[in-house]
Amino acid sequence: MSSRDTILQRLRNRTGGELTAPECDFSVLKRPDWTTAEKLDMFERTIESVHGEVHRTTEAGWIDRLAEILQSRGAQTLLIAKEHEIGKALKTATQNREDLPQLLVYDEPVESWQEALFTEVDAGITSTRGGIAETGSLILWPSVDEPRLMSLVPPIHIAVLKASELYTTFHEAMHSQNWAAGMPTNALLISGPSKTADIEQTLAYGVHGPKELIVLVIE
Amino acid sequence: MSETAQPTPPQSAHHIDVKEFHPRARAAIHNPQIRQNFRKAMDGLMTKRKSAFEGWDLEALRDLGANIRLRALANLPDLLEQLEQKLTENGIKVHWASDGDEACEIVRDICIARDAKTVIKGKSMVSEEMELNHYLGEHGIEALESDLGEYIVQLADETPSHIIMPAIHKNTSEISQLLHDKTGTDLSNDVEYLTANARLQLREKFMNADVGVSGVNFAVAETGTLCLVENEGNGRMTTTVPPCHIAVTGIEKVVPNLEDVTGLLALLTRSATGQHITTYFNMISGPRKADEMDGPEEVHVVLVDNGRSTIYQDDELLDTLRCIRCGACMNHCPVYTRVGGHAYGTTYPGPIGAILMPHMVGLDEGRHLPTASSLCGACGEVCPVKIPIPDLLVRLRQESVDGDKLHPAKVSGHGAKRGAMEALIWKGWSWMHARPGLYRMGTSLGARFRKLQPGKLGGWTQYRTAPKLAAKTLHERMKERSQ
Repeated sequence: MSSRDTILQRLRNRTGGELTAPECDFSVLKRPDWTTAEKLDMFERTIESVHGEVHRTTEAGWIDRLAEILQSRGAQTLLIAKEHEIGKALKTATQNREDLPQLLVYDEPVESWQEALFTEVDAGITSTRGGIAETGSLILWPSVDEPRLMSLVPPIHIAVLKASELYTTFHEAMHSQNWAAGMPTNALLISGPSKTADIEQTLAYGVHGPKELIVLVIE
Repeated sequence: MSETAQPTPPQSAHHIDVKEFHPRARAAIHNPQIRQNFRKAMDGLMTKRKSAFEGWDLEALRDLGANIRLRALANLPDLLEQLEQKLTENGIKVHWASDGDEACEIVRDICIARDAKTVIKGKSMVSEEMELNHYLGEHGIEALESDLGEYIVQLADETPSHIIMPAIHKNTSEISQLLHDKTGTDLSNDVEYLTANARLQLREKFMNADVGVSGVNFAVAETGTLCLVENEGNGRMTTTVPPCHIAVTGIEKVVPNLEDVTGLLALLTRSATGQHITTYFNMISGPRKADEMDGPEEVHVVLVDNGRSTIYQDDELLDTLRCIRCGACMNHCPVYTRVGGHAYGTTYPGPIGAILMPHMVGLDEGRHLPTASSLCGACGEVCPVKIPIPDLLVRLRQESVDGDKLHPAKVSGHGAKRGAMEALIWKGWSWMHARPGLYRMGTSLGARFRKLQPGKLGGWTQYRTAPKLAAKTLHERMKERSQ
């Protein structure tokens, strides 16, 4: 008999007999209905407590703000999506302005440019599927257009979040977006830049992922 | 460093004698460095956990956690089949392993089929259980840990001393010296510098690794999703950069619904390190699709039993399988805090190790583990899924000395600690206590001749004063009172 069948058979023929499943009451995870402004304040406070940076901006002003941020970091290159409106807007913007870094598009399989991705990209910008106020988290579903490594390999990750897409809790976000209906290859909650406390409980940021996480909140 | 005895460093798990708990514990207690490192870390973790739950109805949340786990365990075989089906539909290959050796063979065979020579690893306690690194090494495959703590422990040729913070037994200067000796990093007490160097060295390894091996925190049956909790980003690297990802997990990690994850996650990170959430919560539901730009082309899941289906048979022992591996029980354990993780000599140390490891190594080998507790109850009080750890410790203590043929032996090594002399003494004790006249005569004789009581009582008086018999027995006093 295969290990699979042995294990399943042992579990099914439990000597203690059948078990009864208790009810699960998820109401303890519920929070009061917060306004968007309250959610944004909470999100900002929480993500900043773990070194995330939040910039409140507008549909009209976010590219200016992004340019300032990247200039202050001396970023030479910015990884963008090909199809997403963020990438498109940045491409159009560079035709009229010089203050943005060189734009790189992630439109080839990673194998063909892994070395460059790991060593030459200073920043990556992605969209989000919303945020979670309580834990200061961004929801990302990487896609063909915005692959997984965009938010992981470059030392600076910039995420664009619409304030109207803030949820109060993870539980609420998951239900509102009906995740149970089907999950993508990879889904993520990101709450701050990469960090470790493995050396004597001392916090250090930027271990294997980004050293900086910058959130542009579109109000 | 002090001149007192160093605890025997448990170089690699494969040649540790679990039975030798006492000498290791004694050495650790007399090592001020170990005492200081653990005290500092555990105090910090306890404070952080407490503040992370402020404003929460913690009892209700723990009830939810316990019920989510109990519901999953109640339907375990069905859920495993559903998980297998969903994962397979998603393009993930599912393997089953009865024990650690079989799980190692499965991982090795996947590596061989891909002609893989290097494996990069995300943190996985199940892989520690399997002693996977050692096994792969013997088969010519290099396995490198990428979690900073695990990386440090691997460089030192040690095992993790804590399930969440593997290198917690070392302080910064010890780690600096180690990194200097093994990787050429400059000596420095600047943690940022040490971390940055490890980042640089490991990025190279991520790019060149043939296979990534990770653990799993929760496996969701309804969607076929593997959830990983981490802060560093090494887990995401491990599961995204190499062309093949192998996730190893205990069979008890499955939950029915995605919703369940929200309750368990809220408990896990707060209980473990006092974080509201970790930096990354990574949910993987399939290999790279044809048009996607990155991610592994192959994803495998190895479902490891390794004693779990035996624990599952008994109604009381079953609770052991609720564990979500947060480590709060060890953080709050007065014994663990003093002797550290290595004294136990087992993959899982502390209270959870004391109730889990006897099933993996047997009660003969792990006879001392359930006694490594003062039964103060702190572990049970902080457990996010309400495992009655003290009750389970008592149960295992009973099993280890039980010789009664009427009690069914549930745990392997049952009765291993039973001694003929001790059994005889207790038999006499119960015989005497069943006879009131004899009992009164005995206690009254004890009170009369209490001056003859020896001052030293073996192990008991090594750290304590001997209890003194009272001048009058309780019966005599009560009699006086009522007069």
